[in-house]
Amino acid sequence: MRRRYGAARLLMEPGSLLGLLLTLTPALAGLLAPWLPLPDPTAISLSDRLMGWSVEHPLGTDHLGRDTLSRIIFGARTTLIASVLTLALTMTIALVVGMFSGYYGGWADTMLSGLVDLILAFPALILAIAIAGTLGPGLFNVLLAGGLVWWAGNARIIRGTTLAARQAEYVAAARAMGASDLRIITRHIAPNILGPFIVIASLDMGWIILGIAGLNFLGLGSQPPTPEWGAMLNEARPHLQSAPRLMLLPGLAIFLAALGFNLLGDGLRDVLDPRTRRAALSRG
Amino acid sequence: MTAYLTRRLATLPLLLLGISVATFVLLNIAPGEPAENALRRRNPGATPNPAAIAQMRAELGLDAPMPTRYIRWLTSALRGDLGESYLSEQPIAAQLARSSIPTAMLAASALVMAICAALPLGVISALRRGGLIDSLGRLTALVGASVPSYALAYGLIILFAVKLSWLPALGYGDAAQLALPALALSLAPMAQLTRLIRASMLETLAQDYIVTARGKGLANSVIASRHALRNALLPAISALGVSVGNLLGGAVIIETIFGWPGLGQLIVTAATTRDYPMVQGFALYVAAITMLVNLFADILLRIADPRIRFARSDA
Repeated sequence: MRRRYGAARLLMEPGSLLGLLLTLTPALAGLLAPWLPLPDPTAISLSDRLMGWSVEHPLGTDHLGRDTLSRIIFGARTTLIASVLTLALTMTIALVVGMFSGYYGGWADTMLSGLVDLILAFPALILAIAIAGTLGPGLFNVLLAGGLVWWAGNARIIRGTTLAARQAEYVAAARAMGASDLRIITRHIAPNILGPFIVIASLDMGWIILGIAGLNFLGLGSQPPTPEWGAMLNEARPHLQSAPRLMLLPGLAIFLAALGFNLLGDGLRDVLDPRTRRAALSRG
Repeated sequence: MTAYLTRRLATLPLLLLGISVATFVLLNIAPGEPAENALRRRNPGATPNPAAIAQMRAELGLDAPMPTRYIRWLTSALRGDLGESYLSEQPIAAQLARSSIPTAMLAASALVMAICAALPLGVISALRRGGLIDSLGRLTALVGASVPSYALAYGLIILFAVKLSWLPALGYGDAAQLALPALALSLAPMAQLTRLIRASMLETLAQDYIVTARGKGLANSVIASRHALRNALLPAISALGVSVGNLLGGAVIIETIFGWPGLGQLIVTAATTRDYPMVQGFALYVAAITMLVNLFADILLRIADPRIRFARSDA
C-alpha cells in the first residue's frame, strides 16, 4: 500500500514525470532501435554528406552521409547500455565493500576504508582516463575504468548505513534469537539500505552518462563507425563551422538523458528518503 | 589542532605510497608495449624490429622484474627525481611543472567564477524561498549537474567564436582566450555550490539562535549576513577539496577541446602511449595536490568553526 502511494506521488510530481519521460524515451528508442524503420546508422553515402534537414533525413546527415537521427537513436543504445553496465558495476562493488566493511568491521573495515580513501583522494575522472587510456581504446575498457573508479563514494555511504542498521536493537534481538549473519544481512539490514541505494543509483546514472560519454568523446572508448553520443561529438569536431548541428544534437541528447535521471533521482529521494518524507509530512 | 595536523600529515605519505604502488601495478598488468610505443614516437613512420624493441626495453630498464623496477623508481622519486618521459626524453618533474601553470590558471578562474555566481544565488535562494531567484537557483543547480562540459564548450565556441566572433575559440595566452574554457568548466562546480549553499543556508535559518535573533527584532539583512552566513558556508568550505578534484578532472577534457597546453593533454597522451614514468609521476603529483587542497580546506574549516576545533582537540 505504502509503495503504491509512493509511486503515485512520484507520478504526480511534474519534475519526476518529466524525468521519467526523458529517461524512458531514449531507453526505449535505444532498446528498440534495430526494429525501428531507420536507415543503417553506419551506411556511408558520400553523395549525401553534410545535408540539412529533409523528409528522408529528419536531422540531416553527417560528414560521411550517415543519417543523424538513426545515429542518435543507435547512439542512445550504446551510451545508455554502457552507462547502465557501469552503474551496475559501481553499485555492486559499493554494496559488497560497504556492507562487508560496515557489518564486520575490524581489520577488513580498516583495509577497505583505506582503499576507499585512496580512491577518493584522487580526481575520479583523471583516474578513469588514466585507466581507460592504459587499457587501450574500447567501450568495454571505458566501462571497466568507470566501474573501478566511481564506486568509492557510494561504498562509504552504504558502509555508514550498514553500521547504523547493525547497531539497531532489532538486529541485536535477531542475533539473540540465533539468526545467522546472512539472515541478518538479507532480512534486517538490506531493507534499510534499499531506499538510499535506489536514490543513489538514479542520481549517479546522470553523471555516469556524462562521464562515459566524456571518455568516449576523448576517443578512449567506442571506435568509429559505432554510433555513440560522445564519440559522435568527437567525430563532428572538424565540421564545427560548417555543420554545428552535428555537435549540438549529440550534446543535447547527453544533456537531456542526464537531466532526466537527475530529475528522477530527486523525485525518488523525496519519496524514498524517510528523512525528507517526514519533513514533507510535517510541512503539510 | 597541532595533534590533528600531525596525524593528517603523517597519513599523507602513506596514501601517496599506496597510490604509487597501485599505479605501478595497474600500469604493468595492462596490455601494451611501452618500448615499441617509444620507438614509434621517436622515429615516426618506421616499424620497429624485435631487436630494436629488446634494446629499447633494456635501455628503459623494462627488462628487470616488476618489484625491482618499483624499488628503483621509488628510490629516485624519494630523491625528487621522477625520471624521464619515454616519449620526449625530458625530465618529468619539469614537464609537470610547466603544464601546471595553464591548468592552475584555468581551474582557478573557473572556481572563482563558480563561487562568485553560487554565493549570491544560493544565499538569496534560501532567503527568498519559493521566489523567482530561488526557481532560477534550483534550475541552475539542476541544469549545471546535467550539462556535459564538453558539449557546453562547443556550444560556447559556436555562439561566441563562430556566430558572434566576440572571443577566440582556441589557444592559450591572453585573458580573452581564457574566457570560454573557464566558463565551460565553471558551470558544474557552480551548480554544485549553489545547491550546497542554498541547502545549508536553509538549515541554518531554521536554527534556534536565528529564531532568537528574529525575536530580538533584528533586520533580515543583519540576520543573514551576521548570524547565518558564516555557519551556512561551512559545508561549502569542506566541499572545496572535492570541487578542486572535480575541476582538475573537468579541466582534462576542456583542455583538449581548447588546445590548452596543461596537465590534461599531458595525461591523455601519456596514458594512451603507455609512457609509464609519466603516468606514474602524474598520479603522484595530482594525488599530492588534491590531498594538500583537502587538508587546506579542512584547516580552513577548523579556523571558521570553533565547534570542530574544540570537539576534536579533547579526543
